Amino acid sequence: MTAATLGERDVRRRHKIGSYVVMSAIAVIFLFPLVFMFVSSLKPDAQILSDVGSPRAFIPVGDISLENYFGVFDRVPVGRFLFNSILVTVLTVGLGLIVNSMAGFALSRLRWRGRVLVLSVVIATLIVPFETIAVPMVYWVSKLPTLVVEGGVLKYDFGWLNSYHVQIVPFIANAFSIFLFTQYFSTIPKSLDEAARIDGASWFTIYRRIVAPLAGPAFATVAILTFLPAWNQYLWPLMVVQQEELRPVMVGMQYFFQLNTAWGEVMAYTSLITLPVLLVFLSFQRAFVSSVAASGVKG
Amino acid sequence: MNRRSLATIVSASTASALVLTGCGQAGQGDQGGGDGPVRLTMWTHSAGNPAELEVYEQIIADFNESQDDYEVVTEAFPQGAYNDAIVAAAAANDLPCLLDMDGPIVPNWAWAGYIQPLELPTEITDALLPTAVGSYQDEIYSAGYWDAALSIFARESVLQENGIRIPTADDPWTIDEFDSALATLKDAGYDTPLDIGAEDTGEWWPYAYSPMLQSAGGDLINRDTMLSAEGVLNGPEAVEFFTWFQDAFAKGWTSSGGTVGNEEFNNDEVALSYTGVWNALDSLEAAGDDLLILPPPDFGNGPKIGGASWQWGISSTCNSPDGARAYLEFSFQDEYITAFSDKQVVIPATEGAVEASEYFGPDGDLQPFVELSQQFAVPRPETPAYPVISSTFEKAAKDIMNGADVQQALDNAVAEIDANIESNDGYGF
Amino acid sequence: MTTPISTSPAAGLPVPETPRQAGTRRATRGAALRRERRTGLTMAAPALVLLLLFLILPVLLAFGLSFTNARLISPNPPRFVGLDNFLRAFTSDPVFLRSTINTFVFAAVVVPVQAGLGLLLAVLVNQKIRGVTAFRVIYFIPVVTSIVVVSILWRFMYQPDGLVNNFIDTITFGALQGTAWLNNPDTALGAIIVLSIWQAVGFHMLIWLSGLQTIPEELYEAARMDGASVWQQFVNVTWPGLRSTMVFVLVTITIAALGLFVQIDVMTQGGPVNSTTTLVYHAVRKGYREQETGYGATISLIFFVLVLLVALVQRYLTRDKD
Repeated sequence: MTAATLGERDVRRRHKIGSYVVMSAIAVIFLFPLVFMFVSSLKPDAQILSDVGSPRAFIPVGDISLENYFGVFDRVPVGRFLFNSILVTVLTVGLGLIVNSMAGFALSRLRWRGRVLVLSVVIATLIVPFETIAVPMVYWVSKLPTLVVEGGVLKYDFGWLNSYHVQIVPFIANAFSIFLFTQYFSTIPKSLDEAARIDGASWFTIYRRIVAPLAGPAFATVAILTFLPAWNQYLWPLMVVQQEELRPVMVGMQYFFQLNTAWGEVMAYTSLITLPVLLVFLSFQRAFVSSVAASGVKG
Repeated sequence: MNRRSLATIVSASTASALVLTGCGQAGQGDQGGGDGPVRLTMWTHSAGNPAELEVYEQIIADFNESQDDYEVVTEAFPQGAYNDAIVAAAAANDLPCLLDMDGPIVPNWAWAGYIQPLELPTEITDALLPTAVGSYQDEIYSAGYWDAALSIFARESVLQENGIRIPTADDPWTIDEFDSALATLKDAGYDTPLDIGAEDTGEWWPYAYSPMLQSAGGDLINRDTMLSAEGVLNGPEAVEFFTWFQDAFAKGWTSSGGTVGNEEFNNDEVALSYTGVWNALDSLEAAGDDLLILPPPDFGNGPKIGGASWQWGISSTCNSPDGARAYLEFSFQDEYITAFSDKQVVIPATEGAVEASEYFGPDGDLQPFVELSQQFAVPRPETPAYPVISSTFEKAAKDIMNGADVQQALDNAVAEIDANIESNDGYGF
Repeated sequence: MTTPISTSPAAGLPVPETPRQAGTRRATRGAALRRERRTGLTMAAPALVLLLLFLILPVLLAFGLSFTNARLISPNPPRFVGLDNFLRAFTSDPVFLRSTINTFVFAAVVVPVQAGLGLLLAVLVNQKIRGVTAFRVIYFIPVVTSIVVVSILWRFMYQPDGLVNNFIDTITFGALQGTAWLNNPDTALGAIIVLSIWQAVGFHMLIWLSGLQTIPEELYEAARMDGASVWQQFVNVTWPGLRSTMVFVLVTITIAALGLFVQIDVMTQGGPVNSTTTLVYHAVRKGYREQETGYGATISLIFFVLVLLVALVQRYLTRDKD
């Protein structure tokens, strides 16, 4: 081993250690609010408030107990809300994958009139924040037809308020998802389609058997990105869901803001509803992180 | 993504979507089909408040058992989301039969046609605290079981040590006395001697501070016409009051830091706390016999505190107003009213319930609140313009707290309120 | 994908070739084109119909409302008022003007800073060293945490006696004193900017990372052979290779930044003294909380137009110049 390579190695090692130090310092910045949340969820209100200005806020010391968690379960039907959120999220994401990827396929690989216009309109809708159309939306969904089973008979009725589907259907189609699929699909060689066409495959088959299986990373990316807003739905269910049995988790936050806020319970509840997301993310993180990378999202 | 998993997603999604469309649907105000009792839906703002819900459950169970014509079913909402839910339901023509609402919003909803005149027997509504009854254009639309009240919490020992006179309802602090008391307490080592709850947001602001403004001779709106805030919200009295308000923060007598609640007083970090009856039990535990419940200071026109809390009304789309009235009549029993006030720690709305109350009865620890409420409570203006008045007042007062020019901020608020009233053709006045 | 597997029996199976005439081939091609058109529309239809129903229609409804005095709650039917609402916004609503300024200030700071920090983080976690995935995950965690939750936590930390001030006090040995960050008109918007970047930067780190990983390693090797320093490698290899990623990152951050709402709603409600009010927040406050639906819709409409303009300008500035 020569002196030169030894020096180079040394430099590289120092560089590596430097990287770890920097990355760890940054990691602390990204983690501390969450640590604060988990730790506070174990403390009584008064102690949370008195610890807040000191490093004690991050250390489970003092009067530590699960009291807040019991309080949460007394106040809020946690299980029910979790179930609702899981249901709404899974359906929104699942149906969204299908609908948006089909649209992306049509927009990226098929020639039809109006395609360019449609794509521009879809992209333009990205600029609409939901808050600005929430009010017209409430009027609108309250007029939509629906099927109800009443006394064993299937009937027509109007008004989508107070249901699961009102929390799902408006959010299935997603401009951003369509855009991502369109981008990703257009990177898959078109020669594959032609070959399959010659073999007599229908477009639908090409989509399902050739293009979709090659687009795993795009599906994974869209799944995670649509999972988050669906889980965190707040303003919308607050306006359109009346029965407690149908409420999602974020609305449950409001249960703790009474005349005086039970901060310990707020922290316990936020911990409880953040945990599933973290678990989902942690278990898929490898696939997700590499799939975003592989999907090579581009402008 | 492989074929199998896609197919699974598809079939699972479609199947469950279909199932859910069917079973997730259950409209409000539906008539329980055919025979049997008429179903009356009822919404409360009490989700997350087990003590209050318990009393409602008791009343409803008793009522449903007492007769065969009606069946009350209830749905609880968290308070922060309640008004949104009502507005959305009204837009969808889907309001419940019975609903509770915060007192100051009653005229707005009456004007909008959400609720109908209450028409309960007058012996019930006459017996209630005046601020527990909500009206619009001389018609009663709502009635409540209780009211809340604000007061100044203090420790007797602290006032005595610092040579500060203990005020009474008949002889409250003048504003000068109050100022010098705050200065003394500040010198005595209290960093910010007074907690007025400025860290809170929303309705608390007009509820807590507009009575002070009234005590100083100003108001939120000219209540004779209900058409303009000119001269009352930005007149010399209002400017004087808000200058005091701004100074109180600037001088460090009070602050907008901390968290909502009364912890600071209970830990003796502040000497005086302007807060509500709902915090009294905790403070009683913290300070014991030392706790004083004092009237707020007199800014010139006598002490004033905010009145009107949550009250009950009947929606105009109620399928059976008679049933709704029957339920409300049934519910206004002293026994229930006492239960509400003792569980919630709020002031009972009837004399009989006061007598029976553990806390508010003649020997109760919180008896002073009854007196404060009876003598000093003023309602917020009974006009449909109230939501915009409330939001504008909060913004103006916060801007002033943070150093905005007082006259300017108040003039802007007046202009905004007046423009809104005009664009609504005077809201029926 | 929406139909069960059974509806396409031929899927994947090779179809036997049949001999064809030239004429029929042309006819087939015509038919094939028609089929392609039809299929294209059919496959896009579910998404398009849903977007139309639940996005475009409400937007159009809002446009219509902006020319009326419609109210959220009112016994009176809405009246057509022409351009009154627009006049009001531009001539007699100082809060609207302030909101516009704040919105653009927020975006002007957040877009470059968040994009830059995101790239920095991406370069850090793009190193081939052990445990780097863990750091990627950690930096991404705030993104998966609800913004409502995050805003509540940060409101705690920004208190006068909260963690942020305590931290400043400690590292400067008491030389610098913090302030009541969210109650001081000079610092409130800055405080929200910091929190917003903290929350979202992990997402853009991943996007940059995806861009970095598409740059072939050979290019770096070649650059190293030429004796390029790390910085020169970045300037000559990395940055040119990230062009399209950059456009994507800028556009997404800009759109998100201009739509700022939740943080404001939870933390400051537009205060102190209008220092944090934004266009979307003002639209919601007017149109929903103060019930002036027509006027709120007007603010939304102006907002859409402004964002569209920004997007077009951005598109122009980042166009391919070659």
